[in-house]
Amino acid sequence: MTTPEVRIDEAGTTGVRPLLEIRDLAITFKTGGGDVQAVRNAHLSIMPGETVAIVGESGSGKSTTALAAIGLLPNNGRVSGGQILLDGEDIAHASEQRMIELRGNTIGMVPQDPMSNLNPVWKIGYQVRETLRANGRPSGPEDIARVLSEAGLPDAKRRANQYPHEFSGGMRQRALIAIGLSCQPRLLIADEPTSALDVTVQRQILDHLDTMTTDLGTSVLLITHDLGLAAERADKVVVMYQGRVVEAGPSLELLRNPQHPYTRRLVESAPSLASRRIQAAKEQGVETADLLAPAAETAVADNVLQIQDLRKVYKLRQGFGKATDFAAVDGVSFDVQRGTTTAIVGESGSGKSTVAKMVLQLEKPTDGRILFDGVDTSLLKSQELFKFRRRVQPIFQDPYGSLDPMYNIFRTIEEPLRVHKIGNQASREKKVRELLDQVALPQSAMQRYPNELSGGQRQRVAIARALALDPEVIICDEAVSALDVLVQAQVLNLLADLQANLGLTYLFITHDLAVVRQIADHVCVMEKGRLVETGSTDDVFESPRQEYTKALLNAIPGAKLMLPPEVA
Amino acid sequence: MVRFILRRLLQVIPVFIGTTLLVYYMVFALPGDPIAALFGDRQPPQAVIDTLRSQYHLDEPFWVQYGLFLQNLFTSNLGNDFTGQPISASLARVFPVTAMLAIEALAIQAIFGVAFGVFAGLRRGGWFDSTVLVASLVVIAVPTFVLGFVFQLVFGVQLGWAKPTVGANADWGSLLLPAVVLGLVSFAYVLRLTRASVSENMNADYVRTATAKGLSRPRVVLAHILRNSLIPVVTYLGANLGGLMGGAIVTEGIFNVPGVGNKLYQAVLRSEGPTIVSIVSVLVLVFVVANLLVDLLYAWLDPRIRYDQ
Repeated sequence: MTTPEVRIDEAGTTGVRPLLEIRDLAITFKTGGGDVQAVRNAHLSIMPGETVAIVGESGSGKSTTALAAIGLLPNNGRVSGGQILLDGEDIAHASEQRMIELRGNTIGMVPQDPMSNLNPVWKIGYQVRETLRANGRPSGPEDIARVLSEAGLPDAKRRANQYPHEFSGGMRQRALIAIGLSCQPRLLIADEPTSALDVTVQRQILDHLDTMTTDLGTSVLLITHDLGLAAERADKVVVMYQGRVVEAGPSLELLRNPQHPYTRRLVESAPSLASRRIQAAKEQGVETADLLAPAAETAVADNVLQIQDLRKVYKLRQGFGKATDFAAVDGVSFDVQRGTTTAIVGESGSGKSTVAKMVLQLEKPTDGRILFDGVDTSLLKSQELFKFRRRVQPIFQDPYGSLDPMYNIFRTIEEPLRVHKIGNQASREKKVRELLDQVALPQSAMQRYPNELSGGQRQRVAIARALALDPEVIICDEAVSALDVLVQAQVLNLLADLQANLGLTYLFITHDLAVVRQIADHVCVMEKGRLVETGSTDDVFESPRQEYTKALLNAIPGAKLMLPPEVA
Repeated sequence: MVRFILRRLLQVIPVFIGTTLLVYYMVFALPGDPIAALFGDRQPPQAVIDTLRSQYHLDEPFWVQYGLFLQNLFTSNLGNDFTGQPISASLARVFPVTAMLAIEALAIQAIFGVAFGVFAGLRRGGWFDSTVLVASLVVIAVPTFVLGFVFQLVFGVQLGWAKPTVGANADWGSLLLPAVVLGLVSFAYVLRLTRASVSENMNADYVRTATAKGLSRPRVVLAHILRNSLIPVVTYLGANLGGLMGGAIVTEGIFNVPGVGNKLYQAVLRSEGPTIVSIVSVLVLVFVVANLLVDLLYAWLDPRIRYDQ
């Protein structure tokens, strides 16, 4: 496919030369199975002081394109065609010496994951200093402190003497931004700079990055999977799909009037732009639709789970034998109605996952009660607990970590049946086939292993495994957070369908308010172990009462973008 | 930190009592009469046997013998061995020799193992990597005594680069050849550990970030790859130091090194309980101190490791 219309702002419109221009770029990876073209015919240009976002899902080639611009392709990758023009100089095949000159000074980078991008064995100050020194800039303690405080790190002088593990994720990302901008580069490559952070922190960091790059006149190449974020932060958006640039243009225009089918799907399923709960499943069956209407309309509330004044206190060691109490969950009460979805939202450290663990009986509450069908779960004996586990099943966040790589898919899904001694070999196999049908996986997947499946397929396997025992309640702990937008939308639809067909109850733990909007009937907002707001999803989203909830809602990227209703 | 060191040193007490008790008991339970062994084929008069027995307390029950040993130990009098020499004097002779040998061997394996490992790890699959890997496999596969005799013959006798045997006056120079033999096997392991660790860390995100900052390649390797790669290597080297101090019976035998291994071997042949246990006691201390050093080195290499927990 050719993409004649994707060139944006060819030099000449204003007589200014683009700072970075990528022409016909092709990147090839050498793999065990031969050469793979990861990027082909990519075009983009960034004017001085402009912010351009590349949007795409994992594997679309967006990061690869950006890494090529700073000469950091992995060892098995190379530029196999086209040009990367930095201020007119083709750096696609520049010498390593030339690239070392450019890096830091002319092209800076803010990487994706703040947890793994700082070397754990060196102090923060050292990691800033070596950057300044390598680029021939003054690198005294004052300079280091200045660079760090400009990136919004409070108490920078003292902080410079700390190690990365003593920093929170947000602080680490500030340190990485400080490093990326310390030598005032003309181009900053920001590769998903905030995707590992909470929404409110994400917002602060992006705001700060905006201010800094505007003040310095830095051009920014922003890589993101989040269309809402791209539209909010960038002047222009470039959409990549399977190694190609499929569409490019000014952000709002592209969002309002997407041309390419892929962009259209992306806009439709962007959770940050969605505004309604997934209704498709409920509208399918005319009869069942009434039964499954939000439980608020049913006369008697049928609470399958009742959480009463739940507390979990951990002892934090302080050295010298002292310990202080830390309440991870502090007096949380809420009910979950049968056949509905209740979401617990909060940032990292809010205690939402601890609640999930206690409901699953993986952690013992310090105080308070969890009633399941009216029975206090803390009083269950081991036999009853075993039966309880049949009725309450989890789906975890990371489909890469939660499936045993040595088990094939059949064994993975069959295992709970075998553990609970349900049926014989033949009936179990039949059940596994049914489950695969339910989650829309081909039956041929049975003999495959997790590493042969994509992230979305793995999460389907995890769902099938959770469904194997015909549970009543499913606890989804960040079950879609690790998935690409389109896959996320598919999985959420699947969960909604299953709820409609099987009458399942979901307790949905997530940090992502956009997902809550799509799937939940009720929301509980948690902050620092406490429940700050509860209510129906519509109420909470339309008229949040607490400041914290408002802050969370405002921090959703793209929340304030105005889109025509047929798109949103 | 201080608490950690104190706690570790306190752990020496049960470890010390446990090991010495065990070794003492095993020597006690050995079949054969040590006094009879002293005289070889000749049959000494009964009076002589009785005198020797009571002199070395061999006629006492096990607990009394062990108690006497502990008592002697705390009055820093280790007693005499069966040839009448004070045990403390012979320990003072053998331990420095073995310590020199161990330090030389450790230095060889650490310096060359890490250096070769880094180069191999950075260019994984290159010619240097392939050559070094095969060579290290050969070193690991060939038994030490073969390696020892070959080195002795080639470098000691034919080429004359080093003295083929060490003899009574061991010094750094004469111990070099046995140290190379002793260090070679561990050198191969150090190399492989370093190589694996380096090639793993090379792809770490922080290494890419370091490159993106504009650092030169040597700086990236030294500051960001090497230091992070040393942690597993240090563990291995620390455990190895203890092993080296225990004396290499085979290597010391081949090169006639008057070290701990030789002494221990002779003492075992003669069922000399007090000598064996004395050597073992010192070795226990060496092991504990070596492991303590490794743990302290960890904290220096990786600041995330805390001791107060």
